[in-house]
Amino acid sequence: MDAFILQILNGLDKGSAYALIALGLTLIFGTLGVVNFAHGALFMIGAFCAVTVQKLLGLSFDVIDPTQTDFLGNPLKVAIPYVEAWFGPAIGGAIQDWSVPLAILVVIPVMFLVGWAMERGLIKHFYNRPHADQILVTFGLAIVIGEIIKAFFGANPIQTPAPEVFIGTVDVGAWLGMDPGSVAYPTWRMVYFFFSAIIIAAVFAFLQFTTFGMVVRAGMADRETVGLLGIDIDKRFTLMFGLAAAVAGMAGVMYTPILSPHYNIGMDFLVLSFVVVVVGGMGSLPGAVLAGFLLGILQSFASMNEVKALIPGIDQIIIYLVAIIILLTRPRGLMGRKGVMED
Amino acid sequence: MLGLNSRDFKLFIIVCIMALAAPILLNPFPTASAMGESFNAGYPALMQRFVIFGILVIGFNILFGLTGYLSFGHAAFLGVGSYAAVWMFKLLSYNVVPAIILSVIVAGLFSVVIGYVSLRRSGIYFSILTLAFAQMSYQLAYSVFTPLTNGETGLQVYNDDPQILMGENSPTVPHFFGLEMNAQSVVDVAGWSFTFQNGYYLSAVFLILAFYLSIRIFRSPMGLMLRAIKSNQTRMSYTGINTKPYMLAAFVISGMYAGLAGGLLAAMDPLTGAERMFWTASGEIVVMAILGGVGTLIGPVLGAGIIKYLENIVSKINDGILHNWFAFMPDWLDNALVTIIHPFIGKGWHLTLGLLFMAVVIFLPGGLVQGGQKLGGLFRRKKTDDAADGAKTPAE
Repeated sequence: MDAFILQILNGLDKGSAYALIALGLTLIFGTLGVVNFAHGALFMIGAFCAVTVQKLLGLSFDVIDPTQTDFLGNPLKVAIPYVEAWFGPAIGGAIQDWSVPLAILVVIPVMFLVGWAMERGLIKHFYNRPHADQILVTFGLAIVIGEIIKAFFGANPIQTPAPEVFIGTVDVGAWLGMDPGSVAYPTWRMVYFFFSAIIIAAVFAFLQFTTFGMVVRAGMADRETVGLLGIDIDKRFTLMFGLAAAVAGMAGVMYTPILSPHYNIGMDFLVLSFVVVVVGGMGSLPGAVLAGFLLGILQSFASMNEVKALIPGIDQIIIYLVAIIILLTRPRGLMGRKGVMED
Repeated sequence: MLGLNSRDFKLFIIVCIMALAAPILLNPFPTASAMGESFNAGYPALMQRFVIFGILVIGFNILFGLTGYLSFGHAAFLGVGSYAAVWMFKLLSYNVVPAIILSVIVAGLFSVVIGYVSLRRSGIYFSILTLAFAQMSYQLAYSVFTPLTNGETGLQVYNDDPQILMGENSPTVPHFFGLEMNAQSVVDVAGWSFTFQNGYYLSAVFLILAFYLSIRIFRSPMGLMLRAIKSNQTRMSYTGINTKPYMLAAFVISGMYAGLAGGLLAAMDPLTGAERMFWTASGEIVVMAILGGVGTLIGPVLGAGIIKYLENIVSKINDGILHNWFAFMPDWLDNALVTIIHPFIGKGWHLTLGLLFMAVVIFLPGGLVQGGQKLGGLFRRKKTDDAADGAKTPAE
């Protein structure tokens, strides 16, 4: 029983990442009708925003401290981060410690800008081109972004720890009334899950309960008619692209303590997220979220030793296998709409 | 001639000459000169890659160019072909003939299975299905199938392998009935030195055969049928034609081409690894096809050659070489230029590739062939009614 719960929990954090990326992909696809192979790159840019914020907060200057000496007897040089000099050691230290959550504040405007620039600068010109061209140009863009990141940050993964408070595990077993310690789950993954649940809820609420969201949904259903009503739907769709980019970016920022970012992380997630979108159903937002969590949990179950002993190698291929089965039995995915990408 | 119309025949002859004379044509600069060291491409290892990837992309083009079905998992067939060939080396002997035959057959069978399933969907779904199959093969090669693939070490021939057909005096490198693949003769003429290698010529012969076959397919009723599927599949169904068998045939032919390329790769260097099946490898195939010109005859060969050439040249250039080139400029300009170019050379090759790829997709969706036609049109004035390779419509 506890192994069962643990696997579900393990699936949740990966599933949340898939769900967030797939949500953004679906938003872009549903509004603009573009298949965005560069979406993984947006996730990666978000992750590297966290790295940049961490590095900026860690900037320091050297002070010679006459009270301390190094092993040669010379006065010791001490590096003092600027934030500590400005805010005092206590607050400064806390700011540095919380660099990953703080990066969220940075990543939202940055990703909005990136998304806006991407849509206006590149994707806009591809609306009337075949889907294959859209795939190819965004694929090229993803290569370029990855390489630029590599040029700036190097090819190695960069550690970005979570705040001190969140390191360690929470005892989920005790919450559920089982033996204490039976189900221990890393705190940050728990945070990640709740964070993504909030983001997903916020996106849905935004689309469902605001006028802006209503217009966007109307535009998704029938773009032409909304345009005829005198609404500048293109502008709103551009904003939705920015929103999708911001969602991907936030997913990336929060994922950095779980998986140290490197320049290929976007590609790794992208392939899986595409599978998620297809399983969920192209153009269906709830489908994307559902499929994201479903596949995340399935994957973690498949990596249990008992399952692996039964079907060797299943953990490696389960996602692709599920995708193939779904596509062949339910061609529109779990919750796909009729008429989306049918040709 | 040979069942080709005069235009195709000319193109075919050009490709033959290019392939057979490549060791000479690709060495335009004296070997020892600075230009020669940087730009000459006439050495066997690189030329082999030109022709082998040429074969691969010609095959990919039969699928993507004619039918418009974008396969994002084509590297899987290449990998499977390589594994099959190395297994033949391990079990029989280093003779390349059974290896290449088996690699084509195995890749063909593999593509029948994948094609049968994937072709039930079209458009983006087809791309994702093929991608999923390729990723599955890649992951399986690393995990469950390690006895077959030797996992991360990569599959290679060991001394204690059976090699039952191996005689006393059989060569211990891949050979074609005794002709060793890596045997070469070097001819020195004045400052030039030309290397003629058996392995290269074997691959070149296969390239010529592959190219001939692809012309025949393009011009056959089946080729017409495939093109019709690309332009309007619904209409094809309404006229009462079952398009499935044609699609599957195109897919399998294309997979067998990839298997052949994989077998040849293994014949040149008898070891292989799962990374040949990784999806970036599939992406590279797409890049080559697009760059050259999808749906054209010569495009794939051009694309493969140019990408492999640039990969080789660009990743070899470093700051020192650049400084040499710009030595005639004032120092500040020299340094500024080197600083600007630095991110794009050496390890930055993939950045250059990505930018080049984007530029081609944005500005020249028909690839370099289309670009050439546009240029030609500018100079010639008179409208050419039909381009040499029948590429009237830009690729989709």
